[in-house]
Amino acid sequence: MTTRLDVNGRTLEVSSAEDTPLLYVLRDELGLNGAKYGCGLGQCGACTVLVGDQAVFSCATPLSMVAGKKVTTLEGLGTLDHPGRMQRAFIEEQAAQCGFCIPGMIMRAEALLRDNPHPGAKQIREALHPNLCRCGTHMRILRAVARAAKA
Amino acid sequence: MNRTRWWNVGAGALALAVAGSCATGGQAPVARLAAPPAPASFDAALVARGAELAAAGNCRGCHTPPGARAYSGGLPLKTPFGTLYTSNITPDPGTGIGRWSEEAFRRAMREGIGRDGEHLYPAFPYDHYTLVTDADDRAIYAYLMTRPPVVSRPPANQLVFPFNVRSAIGAWKKLYFHPGPYEPDPAHDAQWNRGKYLTEGLGHCSGCHSPRNALQAEERGRHMDGGEAEGWHAYALNERSATPDAWTVDAMHAYLRRGWAVDHGVARGPMAGVTRELAQAGDADVRAMSVYLVALMGEAKRAAPAPKAAGDSRAARLYEGACAACHDGTGALPFGGIAFEHSIGIAGEDARNPANVVLYGLPAADGQASPVMPGYAGALSDAELVDLLAYLRGRFSDRPAWNDLAQQVAEARKAGPGIARQSAGGTGTNPARAAEGR
Repeated sequence: MTTRLDVNGRTLEVSSAEDTPLLYVLRDELGLNGAKYGCGLGQCGACTVLVGDQAVFSCATPLSMVAGKKVTTLEGLGTLDHPGRMQRAFIEEQAAQCGFCIPGMIMRAEALLRDNPHPGAKQIREALHPNLCRCGTHMRILRAVARAAKA
Repeated sequence: MNRTRWWNVGAGALALAVAGSCATGGQAPVARLAAPPAPASFDAALVARGAELAAAGNCRGCHTPPGARAYSGGLPLKTPFGTLYTSNITPDPGTGIGRWSEEAFRRAMREGIGRDGEHLYPAFPYDHYTLVTDADDRAIYAYLMTRPPVVSRPPANQLVFPFNVRSAIGAWKKLYFHPGPYEPDPAHDAQWNRGKYLTEGLGHCSGCHSPRNALQAEERGRHMDGGEAEGWHAYALNERSATPDAWTVDAMHAYLRRGWAVDHGVARGPMAGVTRELAQAGDADVRAMSVYLVALMGEAKRAAPAPKAAGDSRAARLYEGACAACHDGTGALPFGGIAFEHSIGIAGEDARNPANVVLYGLPAADGQASPVMPGYAGALSDAELVDLLAYLRGRFSDRPAWNDLAQQVAEARKAGPGIARQSAGGTGTNPARAAEGR
């Protein structure tokens, strides 16, 4: 049995079992490695993608829950040659150290700006609360989101 | 709120306005102290006792907004009549209660009268605190007056007429306020009486766990029938309780003290703040409350129903994919999810709580182990959530379907995470001890 998915604007048929976490489908079946496996419990945010315009933990979201819905991953925001506004802001602020959390941070921040194009500093902090960074580039991440909001 | 209820509010408001015009405007002021009493003037044991009692009353819950300093007030309380802001009860002389004498404090607790003699809004639950003894009021006063003073003036209340007129509260009190100390019931032992005194007095449990009428007074004939708090359902705590597994005193004690119990699950929503405070209350006091509450729910023997067959609906597949990995009953509480046949969320009289939990999850506690759950607000549509909750109800409880499920889900979505943003707190225990408190 296959499931129809809309990923980054393309309609795809995937063959993973319905209870497979979306993250595994993205990485293992579709080769979209932007979203990362961190905790597997929806607690660290490294796996964050968009469903519609909302940030979700793809590791805790089964395929059955997103069938037919619009999924956007890091790859859907831009390319190496043409990074999207949020990706550009993260590059310009050099917000990554090890970089593992960054795709999730970018997707969470993207969801914030889609909901609120001009967030204040406090709103940015609150919105990013579900995502963890273990290296400590938090201040640069916050600056990057603020920069993207001004872009 | 439906149209009939609004009509009742309107009629009630009119009655209150008329009654208010003939009601007394309050009482004489109690003289200001020249300065806050020196903290060292209070006996340390009395202060320690006061700390336990203030925790039993969850003073912090209303008098400390998230992120604010303890007891500094300013938390907005939304009522059908507008927004009230809680007061600063630190001993700051200008903005807190630093110049309140013990007599003024006791009068506020017992009669709902401020130091200046004005009626206090019954959002401050003096309809319960009136039961508190002089000795316990003295200890709480000693505790509050030895807290760090915080300069913080809460915003002005924003209430509609006639609720913005203090004398109208006098009319409300004539209708609904029954002052008087706790009268022990000789048919029960001292522990039960202590439990009732705390549950109905300081604990003011029925403030949330009883339904309220159009003027926000607890309905007298429906004590502990279940009520509402901040967009969450407060379950019935009497013989109407829908708990799948009968509560024991040990289980209730464990739940109240540490926020979870095997076979019953984890405190969440506004109750999480209550159990965080009860962890600091006197152990014998919490046990007495447990004795009283379990007696109130009755001794009925019950056991969770066996789950029905899984079926092959879309909701069944959502359950298998998203819920079962944690909630299949193989992981021990509090870090594993409760098996739904034991969950009052699924068996309860109202779908609002499971809707809140599925949408907004359980955020992790800072710096300690805690139960966690990811929220599904981003991934689930309202229709899917309705299907999922109906499936869980049908499969894991022996109760009839919720009849206002779609409305509850829509309201939970519209209200947003609110208090669900706050962690339910740590568990203060390790998973190896999870079998305790059965």
